[in-house]
Amino acid sequence: MEYILNPWPWYISGPLISLIMALLLYFGKTFGMSSNLKTMCTIVGAGKFSDFFKFNWKEQSWNLVVVLGAIIGGYIATHYLSNDSITDLNPTTIAELQNMGFKNSGASLVPNEIFSLESLASPKKLVILVIGGFLVGFGTRYANGCTSGHAIAGLSSLQKPSLIAVIGFFIGGLIMANFILPLIF
Amino acid sequence: MKHLKFLLVGIIFGIVLVKSEAVSWYRIYEMFRFQSFHMYGIIGTAIASGILFLQISKKGHFKSIIGADIFVPKKEKGFTQYIIGGIIFGLGWALIGACPGPMYILLGSGVSSMLIVIAAAIIGTFIYGVLKHKLPH
Repeated sequence: MEYILNPWPWYISGPLISLIMALLLYFGKTFGMSSNLKTMCTIVGAGKFSDFFKFNWKEQSWNLVVVLGAIIGGYIATHYLSNDSITDLNPTTIAELQNMGFKNSGASLVPNEIFSLESLASPKKLVILVIGGFLVGFGTRYANGCTSGHAIAGLSSLQKPSLIAVIGFFIGGLIMANFILPLIF
Repeated sequence: MKHLKFLLVGIIFGIVLVKSEAVSWYRIYEMFRFQSFHMYGIIGTAIASGILFLQISKKGHFKSIIGADIFVPKKEKGFTQYIIGGIIFGLGWALIGACPGPMYILLGSGVSSMLIVIAAAIIGTFIYGVLKHKLPH
């Protein structure tokens, strides 16, 4: 039981993620979590503004079911399959984040300094959530895929466009973590 | 209930991503600061076993439940959209530490402010759809 409650090592988790990709392929679908954002746009009537959203969303409803499952899975894992173990971060990372004002690094999955409900009272924190979400939603559609679609499914099938997209993900991520985050915090 | 299998896949996905800590904001920060092998290990072994699976299923002519060949659809050729879109995505990924799957998983794990992130991501997707023809691809 300890093996399940403790965080899982990378060499167990990685192959399990590809198992999820394999399961979806077996069910005749493709692994790509960002598609649901487009599907939701269509459901609320985005087709009136752009042909990009004109498609039969009922055929895509399976990806909304995956989303629902992901929410339930997140709940189950956090409430029933975890202990209070702290994320085993590099001490350098913890020291750096401390300097930027982040306390208790690794004690939870996300920093309270950005995501707690109290933080929402700060306009700055609210803007971070909105801009972050916007960039992810805009970028993933522009690049036609996200981490699951490009980094896992795309690279596993040896596709060059996915390699370019993943290089882009890293350029953006490196700029944010190394140059912009220190300016914000 | 033909969608039940997708619900189960989603549940497994959510559990694996929480237990692997891939939904941790801190792990994403650590990855982009090159201070840990953890995320590289996850992504690396996922791709390696993904390649292995796809090669074996190709050689063995594995079929899906609808009887079709198993393959990942080809992405359109291009460069500009992948690199610019990718960079924009990466900026957001490192800022909020979550990509489109983990956003929902974290919501389920009790991070309610992810609702704001998800709403903003839907708006981002909508704005892309509206501007699509004006953007370089």
